[in-house]
Amino acid sequence: MYRYDEFDADLVRERVDEFRDQVRRRIDGALTEAEFKPLRLMNGLYLQLHAYMLRVAIPYGTLNSRQMRQLAMIAERWDRGYGHFTTRQNIQLNWPKLRDVPDILDALAEVEMHAIQTSGNCIRNVTSDPFAGLATDEIEDPRTTAELIRQWSTMHPEFTFLGRKFKIAVTGASHDRAAVRVHDIGIEIVRNEAGDVGYRMLVGGGLGRTPMIGKVLREFLPRQDLLPYLEAALRIYNLYGRRDNKYKARIKILVHELGIDTFREEVEAEFASLDRAIIAEDPAERARIAAYFAPPDFAELPDESKMLDAALAQDPDFATWVDQNTFPHRVPGYLAATISLKPIGGAPGDATAEQMHAMADIAEALSFDELRITHEQNVVLPHIRKDALYQVWRRLVAAGLDAPNRGLVTDIIACPGLDYCSLATARSIPVAQDIAQRFASVERQRQIGPLAIKISGCINACGHHHVGHIGILGLDKAGAESYQITLGGDPTNTAALGERTGPGFGYDQVPDVIERLVDTYIGAREEGETFLQTYRRVGMAPFKEAIYAEAA
Amino acid sequence: MPRLHDASGVIDDGWTYADAPLPNQPTIVPLAALKSGGPDFDGVAPARLGVAIPNDVRTDAVAPVLPQVSLVAVDFPSFADGRGFSIARRLRAAGFDGVLRATGPVISDQFAMLLACGFDTIEIPDEIEVRQDPADWSADLERFSARYQRGYGGRASILEARRAARGG
Repeated sequence: MYRYDEFDADLVRERVDEFRDQVRRRIDGALTEAEFKPLRLMNGLYLQLHAYMLRVAIPYGTLNSRQMRQLAMIAERWDRGYGHFTTRQNIQLNWPKLRDVPDILDALAEVEMHAIQTSGNCIRNVTSDPFAGLATDEIEDPRTTAELIRQWSTMHPEFTFLGRKFKIAVTGASHDRAAVRVHDIGIEIVRNEAGDVGYRMLVGGGLGRTPMIGKVLREFLPRQDLLPYLEAALRIYNLYGRRDNKYKARIKILVHELGIDTFREEVEAEFASLDRAIIAEDPAERARIAAYFAPPDFAELPDESKMLDAALAQDPDFATWVDQNTFPHRVPGYLAATISLKPIGGAPGDATAEQMHAMADIAEALSFDELRITHEQNVVLPHIRKDALYQVWRRLVAAGLDAPNRGLVTDIIACPGLDYCSLATARSIPVAQDIAQRFASVERQRQIGPLAIKISGCINACGHHHVGHIGILGLDKAGAESYQITLGGDPTNTAALGERTGPGFGYDQVPDVIERLVDTYIGAREEGETFLQTYRRVGMAPFKEAIYAEAA
Repeated sequence: MPRLHDASGVIDDGWTYADAPLPNQPTIVPLAALKSGGPDFDGVAPARLGVAIPNDVRTDAVAPVLPQVSLVAVDFPSFADGRGFSIARRLRAAGFDGVLRATGPVISDQFAMLLACGFDTIEIPDEIEVRQDPADWSADLERFSARYQRGYGGRASILEARRAARGG
């Protein structure tokens, strides 16, 4: 994985010093609260319902054991002993004290981490495929491109005071596991007919109060044009994006109002006017970054593992977990495994400091010292020898990290909601917990099959409810929580926004409603059909009937 | 009083704002006044004329008047409204080589970015001036030793430095 050189390290240190000075100037009165707020946000510091919240960047979701241990140390020393992994592959600490924040940033810098641009109206942490560098359907490891963009976007002199936040995601595989179609700019690494690797550029996707699927901005962008093209696109957005209404300030609204063709003309004209050679990275720089993502030193192994087979035969719980939580690896004899942070009754995406230590220890010993955070709020051990998988699992069991539910009905995405967030209009975490309790049986979950429930506690959609197979949006209706249900959302290559079923439901009704939706699917499904496939075949009507019939 | 900064520190402002060119002083006039022209502008040397533009104007609408002026003042209605950064880049790309001035309640934390995008001078209003120590502005200008981006002014590019370290 990427390692800082002296320039990266200096910049992060200088940034911490800058923030320390900004805090001082806020206290002195040189900066007003209105001036200080965007500055602290661009350093990841939010003021939440009960306390400050610090969001730490985990660029494209990749980190090593040393970094994970440092996060654990920070959680123990300056917080309440846990952290929350987010849908943008970051981690949030919910209870830091303002005065400790510069020290926390110092501790992050020690392990080549930071909280730069994890919030604010700037280019945010770049996200990517958690199975980068190992997936069998990959054209190229997207992390080289993501790191190049991370650097290019960090403290950009022109694009740090945008109209609104700006999120970029990159995938290098044919199956989109980075939700690129619901990002401000989504980048797919593709190969053209001539065999050259380049980029398919999407723009104007996003969730929030006006959800939209991204549109194609450029079918094929040669790789050396990436940074100039991004500069052109961001300049058009910065110049013409709306500033009169923060709810209409994302690039998706500009693209929608201009029309993709006019927007494209503007970007292409700007791009054509640039001196690309002055802006683009030189190929040696790309090669320098790519070298950090070279495959680790895999052993030459037979694909089959007698040890794994024996363990599978003797331990049915292990077999269930392997079936549900592992992912094929391109190197024979290896697998990737998802550590679910969705134990029944837990807060989705939360890990304790002890669990972070356990994950770090396992990664260091048995996964080439690497971990990935997924946008589903889980953690991936990317490179496990099949021979060692049983050992990994037993260690996960000991740490309470063995939930065998990846991709199932209890693998729920949920934002922090009204338990933490000052924007929230309803609770999210307890709703997820209640649904998980209802479907606690592993056997039942597996009979139901792949089903993504995503819960947001307000219209800003941090829980990605629009792209949940079942989406749940918590609102406030005259002082009471009301949950709207959407069906058929999908963040992948077949991206779709969920359709609303109708009026919302009370907090206590949600588990029943979800159960009725699931039962309707079970009753209607054909052999081998997933929830999403059944929904697409039969449509909304039977589901709607199942959840509203009683009231009618 | 508004205060004017450039890379060297606080400087005197030799310009005056008016709706039409003043006989004895270099004058910054509104874009609309300059575009409507008239006898007031006859024979005024570009060295003595500047234009103030809002930040929602298309730069291609400004381009025709650039040969008439030696200063363009770009308005920042709020420090959080970053359109001016891109306007400066575009005016420089259009070949404007006079003075680019940012005017408005920008803060010292933005100073280096403003210069990087092509501004030469920053004019901050009274309300900012009374709170912000010129020493903070100087310190913020020196704070970062390098930046990642290429093609912007001011401090060194990390990509260039890495290239140099590679020996080419």
